[in-house]
Amino acid sequence: MTSRTQSPADHTDHVDKTASAQLQAARSTERAGEMQKAGERLPSARNAAKVTAVILRGLVYAAAASTAAALLFIVTYILVKGIPNITPDLFAWNYSSTNVSLMPALVNTVLMVGLSLLLAVPLGIGAAIYLVEYTGRGNKLVAFIRLAAETLTGIPSIVYGLFGLLFFVVALGWGFSLMSGAFTLAIMILPIIMRTTEEALQAVPDSYREGSYGLGAGRLRTVFKILLPSAAPGILAGVILSIGRIVGESAALIYTAGTVTKVPQFLDLSAAGTSQVLNPDAFFRSTRTLSVHMYVLASEGLHIDKTYATAAVLMVLVLAINLFASCLAKRITQGQEK
Amino acid sequence: MLICAFLLINGIPALAEIGPLNFISAKNWRPSNDEFGILPMILASLYVTAGAIAVGVPPGILTAIFLSRFASQRIVRIFLPAIELLAGIPSVVYGFFGLVIIVPIIRENFSASRGGFSILAASIILGVMILPTIITVSKAALDAVPEHYYEGSLALGASHERSVFRVMTPAASSGIMASIVLGVGRAIGETMAVVMIIGNQARIPKSLIDGARTMTGNIVLEMGYAADLHRGALIATAVVLFVFILIINIVFNLLKRGSRA
Repeated sequence: MTSRTQSPADHTDHVDKTASAQLQAARSTERAGEMQKAGERLPSARNAAKVTAVILRGLVYAAAASTAAALLFIVTYILVKGIPNITPDLFAWNYSSTNVSLMPALVNTVLMVGLSLLLAVPLGIGAAIYLVEYTGRGNKLVAFIRLAAETLTGIPSIVYGLFGLLFFVVALGWGFSLMSGAFTLAIMILPIIMRTTEEALQAVPDSYREGSYGLGAGRLRTVFKILLPSAAPGILAGVILSIGRIVGESAALIYTAGTVTKVPQFLDLSAAGTSQVLNPDAFFRSTRTLSVHMYVLASEGLHIDKTYATAAVLMVLVLAINLFASCLAKRITQGQEK
Repeated sequence: MLICAFLLINGIPALAEIGPLNFISAKNWRPSNDEFGILPMILASLYVTAGAIAVGVPPGILTAIFLSRFASQRIVRIFLPAIELLAGIPSVVYGFFGLVIIVPIIRENFSASRGGFSILAASIILGVMILPTIITVSKAALDAVPEHYYEGSLALGASHERSVFRVMTPAASSGIMASIVLGVGRAIGETMAVVMIIGNQARIPKSLIDGARTMTGNIVLEMGYAADLHRGALIATAVVLFVFILIINIVFNLLKRGSRA
């Protein structure tokens, strides 16, 4: 480095052999000195840059590793502690204070999922069809509804729970019940279903619509025969995502569905043979879903082994549901690339 | 919309009776004495959220940078779906994990008397919970930066790291900010995980290892038995929470617009 910076100085020395050579020489040595200094600074700066690069790279790798480690640790910890504690007792039909069976909670969760989907899916899909197919693009109302839906997804679930408590439980007098819980959850997942359906419908190429109209189909027929089937995987992915959300939800349910660990008795077997076998009152009985069950167990702190097991079951369930949803979503994007 | 209207209608009478300023600035929450001040809860929510950001944001952004610019395709293909899946772990499971792991660690290392239920525990758990949000949104922002920025920087002689940190990251900054805002929204609205590990004392916390009670926790803890003005005060707490979320959403939307322009 030093020799290279000196060479221009030498060069000027050779050229200037006139009367002012002395002055020139003095100047050039000065200049050469400056250059030498700069030359010395350059490698050190380069080293510093190298060091910061290495430090930055180290930080990036460390962050990625610690993130992966933290998340892996949580999952494996719960699984390792939980799976050995999964016993047949845990799936007994009846819950008691000595055997904290998760079976009633599991059944209730399934019921809750079914009921809330029944409420939210037709409404969500209908709203999305309206927004995408029946309004002009760039409509102000659509933009407003979209903004409202986006805001709704950001609301903490406890606020939904509070609303459910005030409206369904108290104002409508449904009490802590399956119905109150399902309606609350339906409101909560409505924006998710609407949003994913909208996206799925928007992804359907316009040529499908034009083709359908060109063949003489009406708008309704186009929507139901052409658009919905081709958007179905996307819609399904959204539905599965909201199932995952329902299964994992606890804050919104504690004060709407309550915490009674019994499977609602839809069939009253004692009244077999009469018209009162069907028991619609069961919809208005308090139920406890798996997440709420988990919360109650953890805060009671009495059956810590069973709590681990319940946590493991809950986590595996939700992860499986989400995995399924993301696989579906992936299949769609792959289909589009082809 | 119905929800907003319903909450406001139910919340405003109580808010008016307590006095809105008094409600958010009074230091004492003693429902049995008709003293309703949610300042401790607001502060606790803010502290916990700030703590979650301190814990979750730096590793989150660095991991996003790793996934976007350092990792090979194969690692990304495993890492990213795993992180997305982890976003789906129910909050009670996170809370339970905090209860059995983090709370005892804090209890043993700091002060046995306080029992380990603390802002610190809640911050750590929330920090982990917001990681997936921050990583996925930041990564999307980094991926959206045009490739020629990176190439231009390399051509000017910058190293790979320098290009990524001095050129790509600033260019993606509004998207990264948006991810942080989204994380804040998640942290402030989180209920069950926090309730399980924060101790829930309704007073202004003095240190990181003090227990505290967040706004969401306040609602979930007392909703079961509250009546009359007490219930109104809880609904008003939800209204305040709602306003916070609304502000966060507006900031998020502004940032999103900024990144588009």
